[in-house]
Amino acid sequence: MLAPSYATPREKFTYLVFALYCTLVFLFLVGPILVIMPLSFSSEPWFTYPLPGLSLRWYEDFFFNERWREALYNSSIVAFFATLIATGLGTLAALGLSRGNVPFSGLILSILISPMIVPVVIVAVAMFFGFAAVGLNNTYLGLILAHAILGTPFVVITVTATLTGFDRSLTRAAASLGASPWTAFRTVTLPLIAPGVTSGALFAFVTSWDEVVVALFLASPDQRTLPRQMFSGIREQISPTITAAATFLVIFAALLMMTLELLRRRSERLRGTLA
Amino acid sequence: MAVAALEGDAGPGVDRTSLKTKLRRAERLNRARSFSLVAPLLLFVLAVFALPIGLMLVRSVENTEVRDSLPRTMVALESWDGTATPGEGVFAAFAEDLVQTQKDRTTALVGKRINYEVPGARSRFLKAGRLIDAGGGGPWKDKFLANDAEWGSVDFWAIMKRAGGVMTPYYLLTSLDLRQDATGAVSWNFADQSIFLEIFYRTIWISFMVTLATLILGYPVAHLLAILPPKHANMLMILVLLPFTTSILVRTTAWIVLLQSNGVLNDALLALNITTERVQLIFNRFGTVLAMTHIQLPFTILPIYSVMKSIPASHLRAARSLGAGPLTAFVSVYMPQTLPGVGAGCLLTFILSLGYYITPALVGGPQDQMVSYFVALYTNREMNWGQASALGAILLLITLVLYAVFNRLVGIDKVKLG
Repeated sequence: MLAPSYATPREKFTYLVFALYCTLVFLFLVGPILVIMPLSFSSEPWFTYPLPGLSLRWYEDFFFNERWREALYNSSIVAFFATLIATGLGTLAALGLSRGNVPFSGLILSILISPMIVPVVIVAVAMFFGFAAVGLNNTYLGLILAHAILGTPFVVITVTATLTGFDRSLTRAAASLGASPWTAFRTVTLPLIAPGVTSGALFAFVTSWDEVVVALFLASPDQRTLPRQMFSGIREQISPTITAAATFLVIFAALLMMTLELLRRRSERLRGTLA
Repeated sequence: MAVAALEGDAGPGVDRTSLKTKLRRAERLNRARSFSLVAPLLLFVLAVFALPIGLMLVRSVENTEVRDSLPRTMVALESWDGTATPGEGVFAAFAEDLVQTQKDRTTALVGKRINYEVPGARSRFLKAGRLIDAGGGGPWKDKFLANDAEWGSVDFWAIMKRAGGVMTPYYLLTSLDLRQDATGAVSWNFADQSIFLEIFYRTIWISFMVTLATLILGYPVAHLLAILPPKHANMLMILVLLPFTTSILVRTTAWIVLLQSNGVLNDALLALNITTERVQLIFNRFGTVLAMTHIQLPFTILPIYSVMKSIPASHLRAARSLGAGPLTAFVSVYMPQTLPGVGAGCLLTFILSLGYYITPALVGGPQDQMVSYFVALYTNREMNWGQASALGAILLLITLVLYAVFNRLVGIDKVKLG
């Protein structure tokens, strides 16, 4: 199937080896994740195949244990507000930059993207010192602001990408028909860039939802997030509850992925009708 | 002409001027409007992100302990020529300062700061503190010398004087395994304190191995994704992206469960009689590079894939029809065109690998910890914030230089997600 029709037998064999190699790489990519999921349903607290028996006890622990439940709650709160801030500010900035007349836009863009590049430990330590001076350590607000910073580059990138295919005459047409800038934005621009904004928001959400290093430095036990709870669990002794938490997170990520894919298709469709 | 138009204040020139001014004003307004959209995020990033990092950089040369705690001693040392043990004046001022530091409980802090440069100084300061607490008056010089003969050392006082400066290169020099002796000359640090260059080499070496591994694993996969019909390619793309959106902690957990000595992989190796005893696969370099490669693989694949996608299939066919063998066609026609993608993917993975902390901390041994680990260690455990900041500053510098190269070669605005 891969080899072109004019391929010699030796070339066909090469393609076979190539396909086999790629299969192994795909196995390497998803294998580890697939292997731990069934272990979370094991009835015994050790990690062996075949499973000694099936049970939901680790999920019971995950969903009803006070510490895990609190962690889930904290993660949701922090990720929600961090996403809100990152998406709002990031979308505005992308809209401004895409108008093409901002001075020093190259430099500004590099600064806005840099939270994605700077090693996260440096961000965490710098904020740990900086936030201590203004009393933001060990508060929800501090953690939310830090996670919002880490999420903004993704929003800027995705919204900017959507805006490159955006036809500017549409907003001009809206303005010439009497719409105020706000109305034009709300009824013309926003619906068209919505897929980009949403996928940026999802990336920002995942960033906060998975973030552990900043949480280790800035959060007190009161703001213990899900990754932080997992981190201390892995450090001490991996209990099967962690595999249950991991499975929960994988399914969560898969659902987000599917949403992203649907958005991508929708965006392609929209662009198809515009072109 | 523009000058003429601006100067003319009568006749048809007036209209042209006002039109031009109007246009310029409208453009300026428009620019201001665009900028006002960008400004909130820019201010947010500058205040919450760039400012703290800037303060951290300042902290890497900051030197407040001695200046704040021993002000009188520093004044007295100003006139000291550095050739012989300071006189009674310096020791009296020092005794006066120590009375205050004993009251503020900062003697140990000053001692700790001097101890970085003069091993053993901390206990000497604590002993001097007890001497002060014992009471009695001067003359102090003989009392200090009787308490510990090292108080008579000229080199010691030279270092004290230097430690009272506004800034110190000490932390940055130590991060590069360098030291300054009493005269200020810079040389290599003592062997037992020279740990940092090795850590930087190790960080770069691990990042390089991870980058190479992702390239070897990722290049063929990117090629496969690029030549398959979109329907199949999208399906396989999900396999690349699913790990991409799965938490790093989840993937690290998976590797621990798989690789630990009573883990799944060792069970399988034993059951299949491939090995006779359990193999150490984790908490070493192998486990670290493996887990990091797994996490970074999508970052390398995606940029290569997007470049390969833009190479027309006809190029290979043309090369073949002109007589090139399959290998020649691939190596001399296809591969050179994929280089921008290879550069982008590898550089991205290398930059991101430099900053790894969580994965080596969980699946590596003591010999696999990277710079980030030591930044965290010196912040949390050693409480040596100057050292943490200096290590962070050097790591940041390396990262930003590579980021600038990436920006020049690829353009950060070309980065696509998913």
